[in-house]
Amino acid sequence: MTQTAPHATGAFVEDPDAPEYSAYGGDWSEIADEAARLAQQRIVVNMGPQHPSTHGVLRVMLELEGEVVTETRAGIGYLHTGIEKNMEYRTWTQGVTFCTRMDYVASMSQEAVYCMGIEKLLGITDDVPERANILRVLMLELTRIGSHLVAIGTGGNEMGATTVMTTAFVAREDTFRVIENISGLRTNNAYIRPGGVAQDTPEDAVALIRKVIPQIKQKLDELADLQLENPIFKGRLQGVANLDLAGCMALGITGPILRSAGLPYDVRKADPYFGYETYDFQVPTSTDADAYSRVVLRLEECYESLKIVAQCADRLEATEGQPVMVADKKIAWPAQLSVGSDGQGNSLDHIRHIMGESMESLIHHFKLVTEGFKVPAGQVYSAIEGPKGLLGVHLVSDGGTKPWRAHFRDPGFNNLQALGILTEGGQVADVVVAIATIDMVLGGVDR
Amino acid sequence: MSESQDLTGTGDAQGGLQPGERETITLINVREGMFGAQGDTSGYDLLVKPVEMPGATERPYGEWFDGVVDVLEELLGEDADAAIEHVVVDRGELTLYVAREHLPAVARHLRDDQDLRFEMCLGVSGVHYPADAGRELHAVYPMQSITHNRRLRVEVAVSEQDPHIPSITGIYPMNNWHERETWDFFGIVFDGHPSLARIEMPDDWVGHPQRKDYPLGGIPVEYKGAEIPSPDNRRQYR
Repeated sequence: MTQTAPHATGAFVEDPDAPEYSAYGGDWSEIADEAARLAQQRIVVNMGPQHPSTHGVLRVMLELEGEVVTETRAGIGYLHTGIEKNMEYRTWTQGVTFCTRMDYVASMSQEAVYCMGIEKLLGITDDVPERANILRVLMLELTRIGSHLVAIGTGGNEMGATTVMTTAFVAREDTFRVIENISGLRTNNAYIRPGGVAQDTPEDAVALIRKVIPQIKQKLDELADLQLENPIFKGRLQGVANLDLAGCMALGITGPILRSAGLPYDVRKADPYFGYETYDFQVPTSTDADAYSRVVLRLEECYESLKIVAQCADRLEATEGQPVMVADKKIAWPAQLSVGSDGQGNSLDHIRHIMGESMESLIHHFKLVTEGFKVPAGQVYSAIEGPKGLLGVHLVSDGGTKPWRAHFRDPGFNNLQALGILTEGGQVADVVVAIATIDMVLGGVDR
Repeated sequence: MSESQDLTGTGDAQGGLQPGERETITLINVREGMFGAQGDTSGYDLLVKPVEMPGATERPYGEWFDGVVDVLEELLGEDADAAIEHVVVDRGELTLYVAREHLPAVARHLRDDQDLRFEMCLGVSGVHYPADAGRELHAVYPMQSITHNRRLRVEVAVSEQDPHIPSITGIYPMNNWHERETWDFFGIVFDGHPSLARIEMPDDWVGHPQRKDYPLGGIPVEYKGAEIPSPDNRRQYR
C-alpha cells in the first residue's frame, strides 16, 4: 500500500507551538489561569479513554470555544479483541460463546442473530421447535429490559443521580435471576445454540418469571417517578442531543434513537423472527427527537417487553415437555445440561448412556462436540432488533465446520457516528448526555 | 434438516443447478485432504476439492427480486450488463454482483428510485477469498429498504494487487466508519472516502488482521501437564 493513511487520532491543531496542558484532576484552576494568561479561548480536550460516562473505553476529542463544543471526534478501538477473527478458528457452535461477549450488556442478542444466520445457512429455520423459539423470545426481551435499564441507570448516574442507577440495577438483577435460573449464567450465557437452546427450563422457571414481572414493573414505575417530572432531569435532557429523522436516515441510526424521531421501525414488526408476529406488543415512538424522549421510549419499551415476557410464561406452561432443540441428531447438541454436585455439566443420564451402554453414542458425541457439524457453502445476512437498534450478522460458510467469515453490524458502532452531530454546537456538559442517549457498549462497538 | 439440502458443502442444491453447468462466481476455498491431518496414509490426503459460492440464478428469480432487478437495469440503461455481473438468489436472499466502477451509480439508484428506495446501507463487510485469483477481496453491502421492507446484498470483488473500490459515503454517509473498518481489517481502499484512517487497530499498525494469511496469534498453553497449541495451530477438522 503506497498511499499514506491519515491518522484518526492525529493532532487537531497543526501548529507545533500550540501550548499543551495535561490535567490529572484537581488542577483545573491552574490550567484555566494559564489559558487565561495566554488569552486562549480555543481548547482541545481529550476525554477518555477511561471515563465513567464512556460505557467502556471510548476516547472523545473535543475542541472547545469556552464552554461550547465546536468539533467532536470519537476514537474507538480500545476494546477491540478480534472476536470476529477468533470465530473463524472455532466451530459454529463454539462461536456462540465468542459473539455473546461483544455487547456484553445484551449478550443474548448476538447469540440469537448468529444462530438465526446459521439456521438460515443450514435451511432449518422452520425446524426449530416452538418451545425453543419461546425461550429465545423470553431471553431476548429480558435482555432488552436489562440493556435499557443499564442505559437509563448509568445515564442517570452520569448526571449525578446515583439513586437512578441503583434502582435500575436492582431491577436488572431480577431479569438476571430468570436468565440465570434457565441458562445457568447471568451474562455471556452461550444459551441460544444453532438449532435451539442449550437446555430446557427448570421446574420453577415459570413461577419465577411470574414473580419477577411485578417486581420489575414496580422498579420501572419508581424510575419513571424519579425522573420524568424531575425539573433538573428535564432541564438536562429536554431539547438536548437532537437528531431529526433526516439526520437519522443519513447516519443509518436504528433503535430507540430512530423511533424518537418518529419512524416506528422495529425489526420485530417489520421482519418478524422467532414468532414475534404472534405476540401482542406495541412499538412506542415519539417525535421530540431529543435525549428526554429517548429515556421515555426506553422505559416504555421495558413495559412492552414485560408484556411479551408474560405471554412467554403462558406459552412455556402450555408447551411443557416439548423439545427445545431440532430433531436432527447431526446438528443438535447431544446432551442436555444439568446441575450436579460438582457444578453444571452434561446430564448424568447421558453420561451413563455414552460411557456404559452405547459406543456409537460416545463416538457421535465426541465427533459432534470436537469436530462440529458442516454447514453448506454460501452466505446469509440476518438481522434482529437488538436493544440498541438493528443488529445484523453476515455469515459466510465454506462448507466446513467453522465460519469462513462472521461479521456483526453492531448498532452501537453505527450509532456512535452520530456523536459529532449530537454534540457540536452544544455545551460541553451535554456531551455526556449525548453519549448516554446513544447507549452504545464499547465491547460491541469494537468487537 | 430438509432432505434436499446438501450437507457435504458445495451448496449448489439450492439453485437447482448441477455442478459444472455454471461458471464459478466465487471460489471460496480449495480443500485438501479429508481429515485435516497431514501425511495420513489412507490416500485421502491427496483429495483436492474446490468449494464455490452458489452460482448465478436464471430468471424468474421469484418474490420481488425480478422487479427490483428490472428497475435497476432500466435505470442503468446501456451500462446495465457491465454493471451487474451476476444475480444470485440463494436461501431467499438476493445478491447483486456489481462491477466496482459502477458501484456509486448502482448505490445512487438503489437509494433514490421510488420503486427501490433502499434508504439504509447496513455497512460493508469484507471477505477474503485467497483462492479466488484476481477477485480475492470482496466487499459486501447489505441494503435495507424501510419503505418496501426489503433487504438485498450488493457484492463487489477486487484483486489484492489493486484493492480499490469507490467510496459510497457520499451516497450513504452512514458507511463512513464501516468503510474505515473494512480498510483497517482487509486493506480495501475506498477511493473518495473523506478520511480513510484505521479505526479499530492503532494508527501505526502493520498489516490487515482479518485477511486469511494474517495469523491469529496466540501461544501454547500448558494444561494438566499437556501442551495445548494455540487455536490456529491445532488440528483442523474440515
